[in-house]
Amino acid sequence: MRRSNIWLWSAAALAYAFLYIPLIIVVVYSFNDSKLNAEWVGFTLSWYVALFNNQEMLIAARNSLIIAVSASFLATILGTMAGLAIHRYKLKFLPLLVFTPVAMPEILLGVALLLFFLQVLNLTLGMISIIIAHTTFCIGFVAIIVRARLQGMDESIFEAARDLGASPWQTFRLITLPLIMPAVVAGALMSFTLSIDDFVITFFTKGVGEPILPIQIYTMIKIAVTPEVNAISTLLMLLTLTMIIIAAKLDSGVLRREAK
Amino acid sequence: MALLEIRNVTRRFGDFTAVDNVSISIEAGEFFTLLGPSGCGKTTLLRMIAGFDLPDAGQILLDGKDMVGTPPEKRPIHTVFQSYALFPHMTVADNIAFPLKMAGTTPDEIKSRVREALDDVRLSNFGNRFPQELSGGQKQRVAFARGLVNRPRLLLLDEPLGALDAKLREEMQIELINLQKERGVTFVFITHAQNEALALSHRIAVMNQGKVEQLDEPSRIYGFPKNRFVADFIGKISIMNAQVLEAAPSHLTLSVAELGEVTAPSKEGIKVGDAGVLAIRPEQVRISHHAEEVELKNHFIGKVRGFLYVGDVTTYIVELPNGARIEALLPNSAPGRAKFFEAGDPVAVSWRHDAGTFLND
Repeated sequence: MRRSNIWLWSAAALAYAFLYIPLIIVVVYSFNDSKLNAEWVGFTLSWYVALFNNQEMLIAARNSLIIAVSASFLATILGTMAGLAIHRYKLKFLPLLVFTPVAMPEILLGVALLLFFLQVLNLTLGMISIIIAHTTFCIGFVAIIVRARLQGMDESIFEAARDLGASPWQTFRLITLPLIMPAVVAGALMSFTLSIDDFVITFFTKGVGEPILPIQIYTMIKIAVTPEVNAISTLLMLLTLTMIIIAAKLDSGVLRREAK
Repeated sequence: MALLEIRNVTRRFGDFTAVDNVSISIEAGEFFTLLGPSGCGKTTLLRMIAGFDLPDAGQILLDGKDMVGTPPEKRPIHTVFQSYALFPHMTVADNIAFPLKMAGTTPDEIKSRVREALDDVRLSNFGNRFPQELSGGQKQRVAFARGLVNRPRLLLLDEPLGALDAKLREEMQIELINLQKERGVTFVFITHAQNEALALSHRIAVMNQGKVEQLDEPSRIYGFPKNRFVADFIGKISIMNAQVLEAAPSHLTLSVAELGEVTAPSKEGIKVGDAGVLAIRPEQVRISHHAEEVELKNHFIGKVRGFLYVGDVTTYIVELPNGARIEALLPNSAPGRAKFFEAGDPVAVSWRHDAGTFLND
């Protein structure tokens, strides 16, 4: 191996270590048979057992799942429509309008949504307000993914469908939708992962009622970083990771097939 | 009644006039070609026939019925796209079945028609393949099959052979002629390749800057170009400035500066004193060693400036005393170059009194 390669590899290794060691520690200590995150004592699943007996934690998890599923469902439909519109009508302001919430600092979005819900809509904060808030910032992500896929496609395919006798709706159902489906599913999974672990916007729009998972974890940490927190974090990490891997596989996998 | 009638069609994009008052009528069963350089408006015209675009002025009539307000899916016109535009998520058989399904054909009939269509393009065993598993030529044949399967009144072909390599393109040209003959479907073909247009078409409309420059049979387009653009665009041609000295019903006598008198075939509407160019094809010019002045019409002495040997023929570029260059084509009937003229050799060039065309400015 050449000298420059050694430096390059070391730099890469350090960067990845910096990113992943904290995560690994969390996972490892979730199986540690000790109440302290200090030294390795022995393997146990008791923290997971404790977690599944923690009523409040279960409710928080259930609430978060409901929110994530609803928000990603709504965001996928709206985001797909936005992506199609941005691609078809070459309007300058439309992408700006859709993509801005993606780039906006979350804290700003959180405050803005809070004021909007309370002062304009006169809404009681709760599950509904969180779902709307999460849908808002997920639409942009779905739209970006769907548009990227459309941009890589031969426009004449859609014209060919019309030319051969398909109405605009048939063209969408039989040609456009199947072709963008990997991007739509990837967008849905992405939205799900963004929604389920969102803290800032959830914090602003949740009100006082229901416990929500990321907030619940934060509340537990305020007391102490218990192995139970490690356990729930590990599970959350696993869920998110699976979703991201599926999303990445779906989108790039189909692209590869086309490039052949 | 013509099958397709394009009446005074104009299409503008902002300040740019893509199609400028074009009128063409196409008969049923014809292989009609729109030929022209890129940007000449041929694609815009095709898109208006297909229904993807609408004229700003004028009418497009199919079987005498104005097509405005009829969306593409309601027009009995199908298109073969330059990129083939096969549906990547459908098998070859499903691609071909698509127009039949949209037309509400019964499943049994779809099955037999798809089988037939696959046989016609020699892809009988490829029905279950996906488009990305086919070669360029095979994709092309699927696109033809899909365009023809529902028996359209008109098939539009948008430079369908552009992406193929030279040898395959020639094969596909022959296949295309046969396909059109067998089916009797009217073809409107778009290309910028003049040799393709000459080889395939019954009639050609040569387009430039949104206008039709000449509409005629291939042999007339090539042999009797109407103006300088057509002469220049179709095939190789040598051009010399000339002025009309005599306009007889049988021939024209032209004066070419510093060269003398040239005889050319007569043409309507040419008057004595008209200025223009004499255009002559390389294969009409003979070249020989006898480099001496003789009293013959259209016979001049010159010097070889260079040559292009391309296997079957050699093109010699001969410079005449007035500085004009004329190309002469010599078929290589024996192995190697048929005759050896080298750069600098004095040679004689000559052509028949009825060769060449005078084009006035």
